[in-house]
Amino acid sequence: MNSHPTVISVHDVDLAYGNFVVMRHLTFDIKRGEIFVIMGGSGCGKTTLLKHLIGLQEVASGNIFYGKQNFTKADGDERKAILEKVGILYQAGALWSSMTLAENVALPLQEYTGLSDADIREIVSFKLSLVGLRGFEDFYPAEISGGMRKRAGLARAMALDPQILFFDEPSSGLDPISSKRLDDLILQLKECLGTTIVVVTHELPSIFAIADNSIFLDAESKTIIAEGNPKDLLKNSVDPKVVHFLKRTYNKNG
Amino acid sequence: MEKHYSMRPVDIQERVDISRVEHDSLILRLKGVWDLHEGLLEYQSIQKEIEREKPKKLVFYTQELHSWDSSLLVFLVHCYELCQKKGVFFEKASLPVGIQQLLTLSQSVPEKKIGHKKEFHRSFVYKVGIIGLSFADSTAEVFTFIGEVARSFMRLVAGKAQFRWSDCAVIMQNVGAEALPIVSLISFLVGLIMAFVGAIQLEPFGASIYVANLVALAMVREMGAMMTGVIMAGRTGAAFAATIGTMKVTEEVDALKTMGISPVDFLVLPRVIALFVMMPLLCIFANYIGIFGGMVVSLLMLDISYTEYVNQTRSAIDLGHASVGVIKSTIFGILIASIGCLRGLQCGNSSSAVGMAATSAVVTGITAIIVADAVFAVLFHAIDF
Repeated sequence: MNSHPTVISVHDVDLAYGNFVVMRHLTFDIKRGEIFVIMGGSGCGKTTLLKHLIGLQEVASGNIFYGKQNFTKADGDERKAILEKVGILYQAGALWSSMTLAENVALPLQEYTGLSDADIREIVSFKLSLVGLRGFEDFYPAEISGGMRKRAGLARAMALDPQILFFDEPSSGLDPISSKRLDDLILQLKECLGTTIVVVTHELPSIFAIADNSIFLDAESKTIIAEGNPKDLLKNSVDPKVVHFLKRTYNKNG
Repeated sequence: MEKHYSMRPVDIQERVDISRVEHDSLILRLKGVWDLHEGLLEYQSIQKEIEREKPKKLVFYTQELHSWDSSLLVFLVHCYELCQKKGVFFEKASLPVGIQQLLTLSQSVPEKKIGHKKEFHRSFVYKVGIIGLSFADSTAEVFTFIGEVARSFMRLVAGKAQFRWSDCAVIMQNVGAEALPIVSLISFLVGLIMAFVGAIQLEPFGASIYVANLVALAMVREMGAMMTGVIMAGRTGAAFAATIGTMKVTEEVDALKTMGISPVDFLVLPRVIALFVMMPLLCIFANYIGIFGGMVVSLLMLDISYTEYVNQTRSAIDLGHASVGVIKSTIFGILIASIGCLRGLQCGNSSSAVGMAATSAVVTGITAIIVADAVFAVLFHAIDF
């Protein structure tokens, strides 16, 4: 197991929309420099969990810690300071459509650093070149393909060299090759920059290719029913739900 | 949150020692903490060094490198490109593996050369000309589109249009009943203001009773239709453009087309019919409320009784006057709905395009109303109506 320090620690968290409970009693740790996968069937609450981790929604109860700081209790500047270390790649890229790719990547740099415009321009070009979009600085999101938008979204998420990167369904809508490329990129970011990466996905090839650690969310029991390296889970898990999921099979009797 | 950064330019000697050990290699000793927040390192001194010493290769020593981020990578990319240009061998292997991989990654896809065309500076006359031409085009588009809607309407009459009355009914409720509060408020105020201004002017002549004539005539012939039109252009025209524009962005319009359903039949016609039916009703409603507004002023400020005011109003207007406003409002309805839908269908495929479509729908809609009103004024004058 990974003996690195814990970066994100989730303590007995319940997630709910009003009175409707999505998940309860979630407890897990994410260690520095690992790729942590949140998996589970469609609609089980993976993205909801992600939204809570990054503070887009408030937890119903429990605490989320970033390092030693309690994220659930943090507000205003404290929360902003935590989020400065975090980059997020949304499902469809979520690029701001009224800005060019360069302006999209530049915005976090302008907001959080005091760098000159020339320096920002250079960093932006470098970030775009990392995701294979060199020369696309002056394109608008509407002028490029979905896969490119996703990569540009990644360049924006990486703008501030975040310590933690969140990916929401990174391979959805990508062809197998682009999807593999993105997986490789994720692995390289982990290896080269030591970034902690949290991925929400249900793509099996991706899960086995990148995950160091994972949790499996179940919609019926509304909690985590398995955790660990997915390869180990495949070998050792006895829970039929986890095994069916990881083997891409289903029980014909229901 | 205001932060203070030490934004003095980073001194290259704090981060890099340049030394030349052998004849053919220039050695850069990277050291210290490379932090993006402190700014980027200028690389001109490396360039000068290379130009002066003309080494065969560039080698890096990284033992003293404490920590690094993108600022180091940007610096190295510059060095790499410099080496390529000057024909110097860039010894990548002397860098840590992580940095090597990231450099390789950043160079793996060649730069796309076709950027955006620069916008040329054009003269004022040229710009005015372009605006004039585009205005002509836009007018032609509106008429063509109204023609298309008319053909779609003919299909509906022939029973061949893909049209759902249930959609139409919902839209009617949206644009009609739900618009009553705002139409009431505006027309009440218009009636009130006209009566107030009229009263001040007419009272010294003992002609206060003619406030009723003023309000009634102005409301039913002009203001009722005009104000309802402007409200509907802002409220409904923009909503049509935004709805259809968003459907365009999310490819819902394409889905209709590929199913063989005409977007004009399915999306535009119900909206045009809804406004065509609702506008005259709203206009009549606005007329009543406006006259009521005038009456409130007359009862409170002038020495006029309720019966007097009503009788005076009745004698001032007849069905002819009332129908002028109603006829105009029908045409305004068709114009507003068609323009709103047209701008929606012309929408680009981004969220900002939806905003522009809605703006354009309101501006074009109001312009069209004013122009149409002027045409009607001439027309009704000519036929003495």
